[in-house]
Amino acid sequence: MEKRCTDSQVKGVSTGTTILAATFDGGVVIGSDSRASIGGEYVSSKTINKVIQVHDRIFCCMAGSLADAQAVTKTAKFHLSFHSVQMETPPLVISAASVLKELCYKNKDELQAGFITAGWDRKKGPQVYVVSLGGMLISQPVTIGGSGSTYIYGYVDAKYKPNMSREECLQFATNALALAMGRDNVSGGVAHLVVITETGVEHVVVPGDKLPKFHDE
Amino acid sequence: MLEETGPEWLSEEVKTGTTIIAIEYNGGVVLGSDSRVSAGASVVNRVMNKLSPLHDKIYCALSGSAADAQTIAEMVNYHLDVHSIEIGEDPQVRSAATLVRNISYKYKEELSAHLIVAGWDRRNKGQVFATLNGLLTRQPFAVGGSGSSYVYGFVDAEYRKGMSKEECQQFVVSTLSLAMNRDGSSGGVAYLVTIDEHSTEEKVILGNDLPTFFDQ
Repeated sequence: MEKRCTDSQVKGVSTGTTILAATFDGGVVIGSDSRASIGGEYVSSKTINKVIQVHDRIFCCMAGSLADAQAVTKTAKFHLSFHSVQMETPPLVISAASVLKELCYKNKDELQAGFITAGWDRKKGPQVYVVSLGGMLISQPVTIGGSGSTYIYGYVDAKYKPNMSREECLQFATNALALAMGRDNVSGGVAHLVVITETGVEHVVVPGDKLPKFHDE
Repeated sequence: MLEETGPEWLSEEVKTGTTIIAIEYNGGVVLGSDSRVSAGASVVNRVMNKLSPLHDKIYCALSGSAADAQTIAEMVNYHLDVHSIEIGEDPQVRSAATLVRNISYKYKEELSAHLIVAGWDRRNKGQVFATLNGLLTRQPFAVGGSGSSYVYGFVDAEYRKGMSKEECQQFVVSTLSLAMNRDGSSGGVAYLVTIDEHSTEEKVILGNDLPTFFDQ
C-alpha cells in the first residue's frame, strides 16, 4: 500500500525475519521468529528455527538469504570446533563472531547474509556481536535485525535497560518479537528464545497464542 | 560524485520525511510532529511546523511531499471556512477529514502526501482520522511519515485506553523522540498541539529537552 513498505525489498537481503539479542545481568537472550516466506506471498515454513548453536555457550541468528546463512554457519561451526580443540578451551564469543565476519567479508560479493552472535565466555561474560552484510563486526549491548526489526527500533530504544534481570530481559525480548511479528507480514509463527548464562543454556519457545497481546488485539 | 551537478536540493523533490502522530484522550486530542524538511540528503528546513490548522479546533499533520501536503491543507482550510459559514457553527472533525480524504482519493495518482486530521467538536469530542491513500478511518491514535515505521512497536506496546491529557502528551513526545533518533529524515524540534473544549495550545520542545534513552 504505502511506498514505505518496500523497505524489505530495498534492504534486499532481509528475507522476512525478526531477530534480536540482548545482554542482561549474568547472561544473554537471543531470539527470533519462525517464519520462512517466499517473496512475501507464501509462507514456506511456519516453524523454522533461526537460532543456531555454534558452540556450547555461543549461538547465532541469521538474517538474509537462508541458504547463504546456513552454509556460513555450518562452516563457522566446523572452524570453531577445530579452534577450540587447538586452544584446549571453549572459544570466546568474539572468536565465533570473527569467524563469521571473515566468511562474510571475504565473500561479500557472493553472500547476502548477516548475523547476530551472542554467548557467554569466561573472559568477558555475556556479549552480543553483530556481523552486518559487508562484514562489519561490532559489539552492542542489544541489537535487532531482519525486516521486522524496523518496527521495533523505538520499542527497543525505549525499553532496554543495561543489567536487567533474567526475567525482565526475557519479557523484553518476547514483547519485542511479538510487536515485530504483529506488524511485519513476513515475520510470524512462534518465538524462539535462548537464554545463555555461565551455568547453562535454556530454550524457550513461545507459541503464537501465548505471545503477549497489545491494545488492539 | 566528481561531476558538477550542483547542490542536491536544486534537483531533489522536497519531502517532509517525517514523523507525525495524533492521539485521542477523553476530552480532546494531542498532535505531534518533528520539524525536518529534506530534499534528498539536504535538510532544507529544520524548524518547519508540520501541524497545520484547518479550523479553530481542527488541525492536520503533514507528511510526504511538502508541496502536496501544504496545498491539500490550504484547500481544505478554505473549504472548511466556507462550510462553517454555511452551517452557521463550527465544523465537525469528520467533515474536515472527509474533505482531505476526497482530495487524496481523487488525485491519488498525482499526489503523494498523507495527512492525519485531528480535532475537537461538540458532538463527538476528540477524534483522530487517518486519510492514507484516500481511505477514511477513525482511530484512537495514528502515526505516519517515514519515521513511523520505527515506532510501531513502541506505540503498540505503550498505548492504553483512557490516558489523561498529560500522559498523552508524554506519549507523543517520547514517540517523536524515538523516531527522530532512528529516522534520518526526521529531526529538529518537536511541535505539539493540544486541542480540547476550552483551548488550542501549541507548544515547541527543543531538541535538547526531548527525552533521552539508554544509549544517549
